[in-house]
This record gives sequence, C-alpha cells and structure tokens, in this order.
Amino acid sequence: MLIELHDIEKIYEIGTVQVPALKGINITVNKNEYVAIMGPSGSGKSTLMNIVGCLDTPSDGIYMLNDNNVSDMSDDELAEIRNREIGFVFQTFNLLPRASALHNVELPLIYNGTPAAKRRKQAEEALERVGLADRMHHKPNELSGGQRQRVAIARALVNSPSIILADEPTGNLDSRTGEEIMEIFEDLHDSGNTIILVTHEEYIAEHSDRIIRLRDGMVERDEAVMERSA
Amino acid sequence: MNVGESFNMAITAIMSNKLRSSLTLLGIIIGVMTIIAMQSLITGLRNSVHEELSQLGSNVFQVQKYPAIGEGNREKYRNRKDLTVEHADAVRRLATAAELVGAEVWHFGREIRYQDKKTNPNMVIAGATPEFLVNNGFTLADGRFVTEQDVNFNRRVCILGLEPVNVLFPYDDPIGKDVKIEGERFRVVGVLEEMGSFLGGSRDNRIVIPISRFELLYGSERSINITVKAKSPELFETCRDQTIGILRAVRKVPPGEENDFEIWTSDQLMEFFDNMTRVVKIVAVAIASIALVVAGVGIMNIMLVSVTERTREIGIRKSIGAKRRDILWQFLIEAIVLSEIGGIIGIFIGLGIGKLVEVLTPVPADVPAWTVVLGLVFCSTVGLIFGVGPATKAARMDPIEALRYE
Repeated sequence: MLIELHDIEKIYEIGTVQVPALKGINITVNKNEYVAIMGPSGSGKSTLMNIVGCLDTPSDGIYMLNDNNVSDMSDDELAEIRNREIGFVFQTFNLLPRASALHNVELPLIYNGTPAAKRRKQAEEALERVGLADRMHHKPNELSGGQRQRVAIARALVNSPSIILADEPTGNLDSRTGEEIMEIFEDLHDSGNTIILVTHEEYIAEHSDRIIRLRDGMVERDEAVMERSA
Repeated sequence: MNVGESFNMAITAIMSNKLRSSLTLLGIIIGVMTIIAMQSLITGLRNSVHEELSQLGSNVFQVQKYPAIGEGNREKYRNRKDLTVEHADAVRRLATAAELVGAEVWHFGREIRYQDKKTNPNMVIAGATPEFLVNNGFTLADGRFVTEQDVNFNRRVCILGLEPVNVLFPYDDPIGKDVKIEGERFRVVGVLEEMGSFLGGSRDNRIVIPISRFELLYGSERSINITVKAKSPELFETCRDQTIGILRAVRKVPPGEENDFEIWTSDQLMEFFDNMTRVVKIVAVAIASIALVVAGVGIMNIMLVSVTERTREIGIRKSIGAKRRDILWQFLIEAIVLSEIGGIIGIFIGLGIGKLVEVLTPVPADVPAWTVVLGLVFCSTVGLIFGVGPATKAARMDPIEALRYE
C-alpha cells in the first residue's frame, strides 16, 4: 500500500473558532493507481491535497506514505519526504521566473545533493520525456502555458517520486492544451507512475481510473471509472 | 545543498535588481573606502616618518634644550641654560659607554653663492663636529668631512649637499672651489650623498661647516644639539645614564630637580608618532563602523523586501524539498555576497584615493594586506548580522501560505 489515510482530521483555528476542514478521511491508494479527487469548493480537497503532499500535517489521524508515518514529522523531515516521494504539478505552474527550464527542473535535485553533472543529465532526460528537448534554455516567460506546465511536470518527475500530485493542472490552459497535458499524465501512468489529480472538471477526472468525491470534509463517494472517455 | 549553489543563486538575485542592489551597496562602499583610504595614508605617512627617523645612526640619542616634540608650553624651557660645545666636550671626555659624541647646530633658510650663481634662500647650514656624519646617518659622496683640525682652527671649509652642488656647479667639480656663505668664503672639501626628500621637503639642501666657524658666523648664543652614539646596543641605556649624570654635573642641576635638558631617541619619536596616528586611526575606524552599521540596516531592509517579494519562490523551493536551512543559507549568502561586493568596490576606490593623494601630495600611500582582509571580514560580518533576520523570516515561512502568496 502506497498511501494509507486513517481517520484524517484537520481543524483550522480561526481566532477562537474551530473550523473543521476534514472530518475523518479513510483512503488507501496503491502503487500505479490513477486517482482523481473531486469536490466543490469548501469540500476540503485542497486541505486533503496539502496533507497527502506532505505540505501540512493532519490534526488527528495517521498518514502512512510508503510505510513511513508522516503524520507527525517535523518541517525538515517533511521537506525531505516531499523531495523524495512527491512531485507537485500546480495550476499556476509555479516555476522560478528567472531560471531557465533546465534549472527549474534541476531544482529538486539541488536540494537532495545530486552532483551537478548527474543533475543536468537527469533534468535533460525529464525535459525530453515531456517533449521540450529544444526549449531547455528558455525562461518561463519565453514559453507558452502548455510548455510551462510541461516544465513543471518534468520537474515533478525528475526525482522519480512515488506520487505525482497534480492540483488542477489544466485550470490555466485552453482545452486543447489541457488535453495534451492529460495525455502526458496518461503516458506517465502507463509507465508505472502513481498519479493523484485534484480537479473540479468532470471530463478531466474521467482520465483517471478512480474518482474520490469529497463533500463537507468527508468522502462522499469513492468509485472506479468504468469506461475511459478519452 | 552546497555553498556554490547558494552563491550562484545570490548572484542571480542581486543581478536581477541592479539599481536596488547598487544603492544598497553605497553605504558599504563608503565605509570600506574610508577604512582603506585612511589606513593607506596613515601607513604611508608612518612608513616615511620611520624611514626618516631611522636615518639617524643606530644607537644614537640626542640631547636638546627643548623637547623634540612641542608640548605647547615653551615658557618652561626657555629659561633653561643653553647647551654648549663645552657640555658636548664634557660628555665626550667622560662618558665611557659613548663611542661618538657630536655637537651640532642648525641655521635654516640661507642662500649661498658661487661666482655669479646663487642658490634659493632655503639652504640649511649645519655647524658640526666630525661625529656629525655617523651620528646623523649621512654619507659622503666625495671629498672629506669636517675634521677635528677644522673645528680647532675655525677653518672656513664646507661640505655641500646635492642641491647646492647642482645649482652652483652644474658642470664643474665643486671640490676645491670657494663658495660664499653670509659673504664669507668657504672652501668646498666634500659633497654629501643624495638623500632624497621627506614628505615633499628636500633633504639635499644642507651645507655643513665646522661648528666653531658656525659660532663665529652666527654667534654662539644659541643652544646646540648633542648627539651621542653608544658603543653597542647593550650599552645604550648605560650611555644615556652617563650622559644625564655628566650633563647634570656640568650644568649644576641640584639633586632632586628634573633634568634641564631633553633626551630623545628615534624610537621615542616613532612611538610618539604611532600614538598620534593611532588616535586618527581609531576615529577613522569609528566613522567607518557607523557607516557600515547604517549600510547593514540598509541591507537588512532590502533583504526584508526581497524576502517578501520572493515569498512565492520560497514556497516553490520548499514544496520541492528545500529545508529551512537551505532557505536560510540562500538568503544569508545573498546578504553576505551583497555586502562583499560593496566591500570589494570600496577597497578599490579606497586604494584609488590613496594613490591619488600620493600623486597629488607628498604623502605616500601604503595599504597593508591585513587591512584589505579586515575590510572583507568586516563586510561579511555586516552581511551576516543584518542578513540573519530576513533569512530566518524566509526560512520559517509556511510552504502552503507562501505558495498562495500573490
């Protein structure tokens, strides 16, 4: 079992008021699953994504990632887990604007101490994999939205993480480009990666094998996608 | 993550905000520049003073009526008995630890003539005994120096420095020629070696005549200097004590009263000068430190702005695995590199100012390597101290909040 969430709760304290965002989530995800998490705004899907992505820790419950209990790790331990186990793809790409595509992709490897030559080679390979071999030395503002998201995907997979965690990856793209990006995710899935996709678009979610729907901080439905529409 | 990566990041960040970075650097530049320029000039001045003082023969001390360095109140010294040639003779006769005892007296701002030529009226006439040459560290280029006979028989002979030789004898050999000093004829018997200049003043404008003739020429009612060379460095103190004892006896200073003459050595003068420049140095360092602190606050301010501006970058870096200390180092090194760039520019401008002063004035410039090192260490410290706050702020950011920052 790659991901095991047991009774995950998250409570935000705003002033003196306690606002529960997650109220006991139980989910398990296997290796090489392609899961979409859906839900209206306020359903807790961002909170869940932050916890699954090890950016945040639950108020209660246990989160086992790759047999490590990450529910009560320190900031720096979480940073290490994020570096090793998780590749993020964000809606707004979140690339460093002043760095070249290549440097952006190298970044995760800088933080785990990969030697420069190896780092460069791995980053080049990742960029080739997303079809950007000829754009390596361009800065983000010299790339189209789709190309930027490809750079972000290359950055997410350069470290060979356990999970690729995509938060509305097509949200800032037109639908044709969005489809291209989704094809890349499918390729990644086919080659053995585990992908968790957060989205509120039904047609995007249908690319996955399994859709988990959240409502009011709880799992409303968790079901397999019977038929691929893509 | 290693320091090299942080360094590259720092350079990129600094270069992407050139105007802001350079304005921030001004304070550091001014601070370091002040330290380097002051240090350069003071050291240069000090070295040339030391060089000048070490011209005095080694193991030599001087006895004078007035202190070598003005202590303001000259009234106190004016009523002292003059030092005379007889006093020098007594020391020469009685001080067993002394090798050479010379008597000398100076007259400044004279002119001398040869046929239809004359020098500027800035010649320095010295009345001297034979010991003068060694005790003052002078060397003869040609001919001979004042002898005992010259002194005993009040001979009208003179030894010329290079400057009067060049003016009066551009083509001839001066030895054996007669020059006129105060209208009297003096036979040139020797020429002094070139001595160069000191703080812009020539040292080659000297003319030495026997002290006895000097006193006939200018009168004997002026106090002379006595120069004493000890037989060896070990006997220096003994020699000094003997001299003091002899002079007190011949000048009839009652026991218990302080000496009515001053003794100084070149070491003492150096020490006095060093003390004086130390004060100047401390003031300069204080001013520069204030400038650097102000600059440090500037750096802190700009780093805080930079951290806020780059909140999202920090969020991105953290989300892909940057630990607190990675972020801390990134911003700390950026602050240090920033102030170090200012430091290096400041050092070069400071060196430039030193050189400029050297070219425009007689004060030489000389920058000891340790000053440069100290300047750079100072800059790093400023960067470190004022960078810690902003860097800690950056390191502590919550990745989720930081990623959400617009």
